Amino acid sequence: MKRYISAYFTDEENLLRASKTLMEKNISILDVLTPFPVHGLDKVLGLKESNLPTVGFIAGGIGTLLAFGFQTWAFVIDYPLFIGGKPHFSVPAFIPITFEVTVLFAAIAMVFAFLFRSKLGLGAKNKIHDERITDDRFLIIIDAEKEESQFDEVKAILEQESAHDIQLKENN
Amino acid sequence: MDNNYILSRKTKLVFLSISVIGILLIALSFLFEHPESKQVWMNILLNNLFFLFLSLFGALFIALHKIAHSGWHTSLTRIPEALSKFLPYAAVLMFLLIFGMHDLYHWTHHDLHDPIIEGKSAYLNQAFFFIRMAIYFAGWIGLSYLLRRNSVNQDLSDNPKYHKQSKILAALFMAFFAVSSSTMSWDWIMSVDPHWFSTLFGWYVFIGLFVSGIAAFILIIAFLKSQGYIEFVNKEHVHDLGKYLFGFSIFWMYLWYFQYMLIWYSHMPEETIYYAQRINGFPIIFYALLFLNFLFPFLGLMTRNSKRNIKWLAMVAFVVLVGQWLNIYFMLSPGIIGESATVGFIEVGSACLYLGGFLFVVFNALTKKPLLCKNDPFLKESFHYET
Repeated sequence: MKRYISAYFTDEENLLRASKTLMEKNISILDVLTPFPVHGLDKVLGLKESNLPTVGFIAGGIGTLLAFGFQTWAFVIDYPLFIGGKPHFSVPAFIPITFEVTVLFAAIAMVFAFLFRSKLGLGAKNKIHDERITDDRFLIIIDAEKEESQFDEVKAILEQESAHDIQLKENN
Repeated sequence: MDNNYILSRKTKLVFLSISVIGILLIALSFLFEHPESKQVWMNILLNNLFFLFLSLFGALFIALHKIAHSGWHTSLTRIPEALSKFLPYAAVLMFLLIFGMHDLYHWTHHDLHDPIIEGKSAYLNQAFFFIRMAIYFAGWIGLSYLLRRNSVNQDLSDNPKYHKQSKILAALFMAFFAVSSSTMSWDWIMSVDPHWFSTLFGWYVFIGLFVSGIAAFILIIAFLKSQGYIEFVNKEHVHDLGKYLFGFSIFWMYLWYFQYMLIWYSHMPEETIYYAQRINGFPIIFYALLFLNFLFPFLGLMTRNSKRNIKWLAMVAFVVLVGQWLNIYFMLSPGIIGESATVGFIEVGSACLYLGGFLFVVFNALTKKPLLCKNDPFLKESFHYET
């Protein structure tokens, strides 16, 4: 069983300000849910930069080597044909395909890495915390296990930061 | 925030000494290398084009971002404006070609008895060449002057009508530049090999212009920041310029490669001769271009932090700038001089001579107006900008 406080906001300005205050007072924020991306929220919550570009770079590199290597093997070693009087090992002709495969590998690897890390994709259970966060509400979820003793304090802060609604919830 | 740039004696001395070193190198070249008149004119054309491109980029940058309703660049506009102030000087230098046409362009020779060049004579004749040149410079100088004047007028009044006027001027400039950037590259660069043609040559030259301009822009910002000016330009702006340099280096390679690949693939002698001459005669420069203009900025600016670090970005920008200079050299020199072309004292010397003059004109233009414009409707957005 997990206890947490959900605080609802009606616009992103209040949400940003409230998150900043909570972070300054060392109150642990479990998650922030918003209907659209809010600028500056990552910085306020101190989130680390994503590693997704690294995944893309490595997968892209594998794609480059694989495409170039396969074409070299196919056109030079396994089935050499004369095409337009060009040499078998014609780098310029390999480049468009190498480029396409690089992009394909990088893109697909990044999509699957994202789904894997975010626990999304086929067979994943959707946990919509509250229908309203897909519409017009902004939500901060605060861990109430640790903060139980300070519940009133947290509530006071949130009220001061013009939270629209504050609820204490329990979840199995 | 209202401060102007002050061109200190020391900086002036540095610019002057760059030019003096250039003159010394040119003198050395005349003593030991005895360059032909062809090579001298090639150097004049090469540096004319390179520095014309940098200053044209200034006007292009303002016009492009004005019509795109961009906000982030607003606090930087004074730097491209200063770059575009070199345009009248570039025009004067370009008209020096009147005396060098015979050395530079094979198609100006009489009694060629060449049916291909005769077939092109409706476009490639000296009178029309200089009329076109006059039209280009009239358009570029006129419109960039009006854009600069509107920006100064906007400083003095909070009426946004100057901003609206600028948008119309910017649209006019873009339309004019779209045509003139292509035709200028045919006139000045492609007609060096009058038999040869490539349909994407205009784009290729244009993208070289854009990349070298961005690189010069980054270097000027790095210099001004190291002197303690433009504190309002933050990492977000630097990051965006880095993205520009990164992205357009890739795009430059794309056009470089496709121009090569299509000619390689179709294998028609009248087209392949251009690359045959260049790859067989100058293999080092050919592959150096790919490294300097694509591989190095591509790998060097891949991560987010490398684009936000102004020192590293300035280093990459410098390499790209050298690469783009070499790119113009590579388009001109084998066509004008032939197999015997080399990069000698005179090439480096004349580039230094032009660089000193160019820097003096641009930084002198920066001192004339406050480094931060005022009253632009997008100025606030520029300060709060976040990538």
